[in-house]
This record gives sequence, C-alpha cells and structure tokens, in this order.
Amino acid sequence: MSTVTLPIAYMPLVDAAPLIVAQEMGFAASEGLQLDLIAAPSWSSVRDMLAFGRVDAAHLLSPVPVAMALGLGGVMTPVAAVSVLSVNGNAIGISRAIEARLLAADYDFDFSDAMKAGAALAAVIDDGITVGVPFPFSMHSELLHYWVSATPLRDRAIDIRTVPPPLMAEALAAGDVDAFCVGEPWGSVAVDAGAGALFLPGSAIWGFAPEKVLATRTEWAEIEPHLLGRLVRAIWRAGRWLGNADSRTAAAALLSRPDYLGIPSELIDRALSGHLTISAQGGQRHVDNFLEFHHGAANFPWRSQAKWIGRNLALRAGRSVHAADAAAAAVFRTDLYRTAMDTTGADLPGASEKLEGALRHPTAVASTSGGMILHPDEFFDGRIFDPSRN
Amino acid sequence: MSDRLSIVVVEEDRDRAISIVDALRDSGEYDVHVIGNASGLARKIAAFMPDVVLIDIDNPTRDMLEELTLASGPLERPVAMFVSGAASGLARAAVESGVSAYIVDGLQPERLAPILEAAIARFQMGRQMRTELAETRRALEERKVIDRAKGLLMKAKGIDEDAAYALLRKTAMDQGRRVAEVAEALVTASGLLS
Repeated sequence: MSTVTLPIAYMPLVDAAPLIVAQEMGFAASEGLQLDLIAAPSWSSVRDMLAFGRVDAAHLLSPVPVAMALGLGGVMTPVAAVSVLSVNGNAIGISRAIEARLLAADYDFDFSDAMKAGAALAAVIDDGITVGVPFPFSMHSELLHYWVSATPLRDRAIDIRTVPPPLMAEALAAGDVDAFCVGEPWGSVAVDAGAGALFLPGSAIWGFAPEKVLATRTEWAEIEPHLLGRLVRAIWRAGRWLGNADSRTAAAALLSRPDYLGIPSELIDRALSGHLTISAQGGQRHVDNFLEFHHGAANFPWRSQAKWIGRNLALRAGRSVHAADAAAAAVFRTDLYRTAMDTTGADLPGASEKLEGALRHPTAVASTSGGMILHPDEFFDGRIFDPSRN
Repeated sequence: MSDRLSIVVVEEDRDRAISIVDALRDSGEYDVHVIGNASGLARKIAAFMPDVVLIDIDNPTRDMLEELTLASGPLERPVAMFVSGAASGLARAAVESGVSAYIVDGLQPERLAPILEAAIARFQMGRQMRTELAETRRALEERKVIDRAKGLLMKAKGIDEDAAYALLRKTAMDQGRRVAEVAEALVTASGLLS
C-alpha cells in the first residue's frame, strides 16, 4: 500500500486529539496515510479550507455540516459528517463578579445539577447577561439555548454572542461577556488566568452530545471511498487508544507539543481525566463523562443526533422543521461509516437512529456482534427527543 | 439613498488598514470604514450597515462575523461569504491571497469585482511581507542556535569552527534532521547538564 498524504484542517483544541494521535502514534501510517495537519485560526477558516478544497477532511463542530445543509451561514458546499470525533467536553464558565454573587447566595457549585445551576444563576442576574460561544453553529450554542429554555433563565435577557475562545478571558475582563461556553483548554485557561470560574460541564445539560465530527466534502467522500475508509479507521483506532486510561499521560504530552496545542500537559490532562479546577481558589470537581473519544459507540454518527441539531437550528432560524429533519439526517453518513468500519470487526449498532435522552443507565443494544453498551444520554430536564416524530 | 457602496475593513494594524483603504479609494468611489478593535465586532459592523466587509483570513476574530450571516432583526441585512457563483475565479483568488469578503445579499458581482481586485492585490502584498519577515526572523534565530552549538562543540572537543559545523551537518544528515534541530537539541542538552 503506497502512502498517501491527506491535508486535514483542525482547531488546536484538546478534542482534536484523535487526529493528532492517529498521525503521531502510527494509526494513520498503518493505513498507509500521512496526515498533514493544518492548524486553523478560526472555525470559519476550517470550514472554508474544506469547502474550497484546500484540505480533504476537517475537525469540525458537529452543527456546522448540518447548518450548511440547511443553507445557514455563508458557505453552501455539501459537507458530510463521516464519524463523530468526540462526545461532550464543553464547560460553561462565569465572570468573577457573578461567581462572587453566587458565593454570597451560598450556591455550592456542585458542577452537576443543571436545573439548580440555572435557577441559581437566574437569581443573581436581574437584568441580563451576554454569553460568549466559539461559533454561531456549535454544540456550545445549542446546549446554552436548550439550558436557558428549560430553566428560570428563560425569563432573563440572555444574549449569546460569538467570541473566539483565545480572546474569551480578555472579553470577560472588558465586560463584553459575563459568561461563556467553551471547549478545553479554554475553560481551564480562563480559570488559571483568574478571569472566571467554571460553572457547569456541558454533559450536565445533555449526557451524550456529539461535539466534533470528522467532516469531508460529500463529493470527496463519494469519489474516494477507499481513502475515506482508511482515514475513518485510523481515527477510530486513535479514539480507541485515547479511550484507554493508560494512554492519558502520553496523550497529554503529545498534545502539549508546540506544533499542536503548545500549552502545559497538566492543563490538557484536566480535560482528559475529567478532574477540573473550577475556580481561582483551586476548587476541584470530577466529571465522569467530561470528554469521550471512544466508549458507548461515541464515533457512530447517529442520524438522530443530526436531527436534534437540525431541528433546533431550524426552529431558531424560522425554517421548516420537516425539511430540516431530512436535510440534517442526510449529512450524518452512517452508511459511509458502516462501510469504512466493516473490515475492523468493530461492533456496530443495528439501528442508525435512536431516541436521544432516553438512557438513564448504560444499556445494551442490538449490534453486529452483540456486545454494544450505550452510555447514559439524558437531557437534564428529562425530555426525550424522538427523531421519528415532529 | 446613496449609490456608493459602503465597505468595512476589519484590521487591527493601523498601517495595513491605511494601505488597504488607500487601495480601495484608488479603485472607486466608496465609503470605507475601518474597525480595529475586536470588542463587540459584529455589533459595530452591523451599525455601519455595510455592503461589503473585508477581513484577513487569518484573523481569529473572523468567527465573530459569521453571526452576521444570521439576520436577527427585521432591519438587519443578512450577509454571505463571497463564494463560488458568477465570479468563482475571483473568490478563489481572494481566499488564496488571504482576504475574506462578506457581502450583503443581492449585491451584483460586477460591482464587487473592482473592490475585490484592489483588496486581493493589497492583501497579497501584506501576506508576502509577513511571510518574509517571519522567515527572516526564523533564519536569524536558527543562526544564533547553530552558533551556540558550534561554540559548545569547539570547547568540548577542541576543534575549530569549520570542523564543528561539519560535525553538526554530518549528524543532521545521519539522523535525517535539520542542522538547526540538531543544534537546538545540543544546546538544550548542554543546558540541562551544566
């Protein structure tokens, strides 16, 4: 097998780990691939590099391909999500001023009860707040909207604005934002800079939220099925390696290199281990499912996940929910994923859609080799999303 | 209503901003505004109600502009990134030269062409200069490290400068690495041992 070089765009974040590991730990090489990983300055840049053909694949926010299929945002090139790179991994943070008000109100910062957190925050903000997210089409934005709509925060003026995460600490200090929802390392960076405190992990809002996807141009996926298969498998093996607790130290060291994230490995280890420092005073919290790369069929691009994203985007943009369902489901390519994974012997689910939010405990489901356990995927308000009803 | 197109240039560096504005003014009659500070960027841009927004493709604050693609109020005009369509050659040239242009829905491509051409030329020049500067800086840094490594070898092995450089080069070739990398490793190791 001759080695093929694939240019791939990514944002230097902890959840780009599967791409970096695939290249550095030899998973790409064993599929005859050399990944030319190109760090991008912004999500719009990642999307454009992919859409204009500068790269063949990209680390992308899961709602971006869905938004593109719905005609939202500036670029319309058809893009497919061929696997999910990571599940969960975001955290909501607040300014020091709001942290002080919450402490004065005896809030315990339990970092797990999203309902209680929403009520506590609503009680200390009379007027309204501005919340920064990395991109208009992001799981960060979706989780915030969902959380706000189902807590007393719905009666407050919550303005969700885009702020590039590297500028978030500055924006907090300047009063441009009062809170934020970001992926790691940016939450921990804000805490260490003394700019804010972490308030709630994204997983407390939705227990199993698809965060980043491996995206390709739909056209490329269809004309290069063999290359796509090699790429999906290499990255899946990287995710499996990352899912092993013994890999954590090596993974943190790898990501911390100047070529990749260029930050201390200790900061990266917080996200990988789920042991987070939430305040400038050094408060610690542990989150079990903070960031998942492999277990619970994390990499399977469930069409129901795409529909959940599509329906929420469509509702806010005033588009037809019915049309959004079809367009969104067609973007999460379970078919391509199944074909790519066929030779690995990996267990694949029997269905391509599921109820989202219905699992309160790890649950066995029908799968090709019968050993598949899905993880809890509850929404904090107990709602269940049924992809077949609208 | 004025027929002149209104253009917003997002650029922090004052000199670069001025040179872009000059180039645009030379290419036609436009109302050009510069925004230098990222704070509240989307709101500031919306306040100008521009027809065209120009921004460096490498500027991380570009993501803040993406909000403008979703018109959130009845008076706001949605913008799109300038892509494909009638003038796709121009769009590709724009992306390659490092400028991204956002245009208001419904603006005719032929009105955009002179603006983009001027911006492309200016951004290309700016990008070239920055690349050259970065290259020069890196070359200087590497030269410094190689000199220090040569010095260490000369002292440790009692050899002259040419022999020290030859040794560095041979090691680099044997290991398939760059001379600067070998020099860097030597300097780091010697720092640890001293």
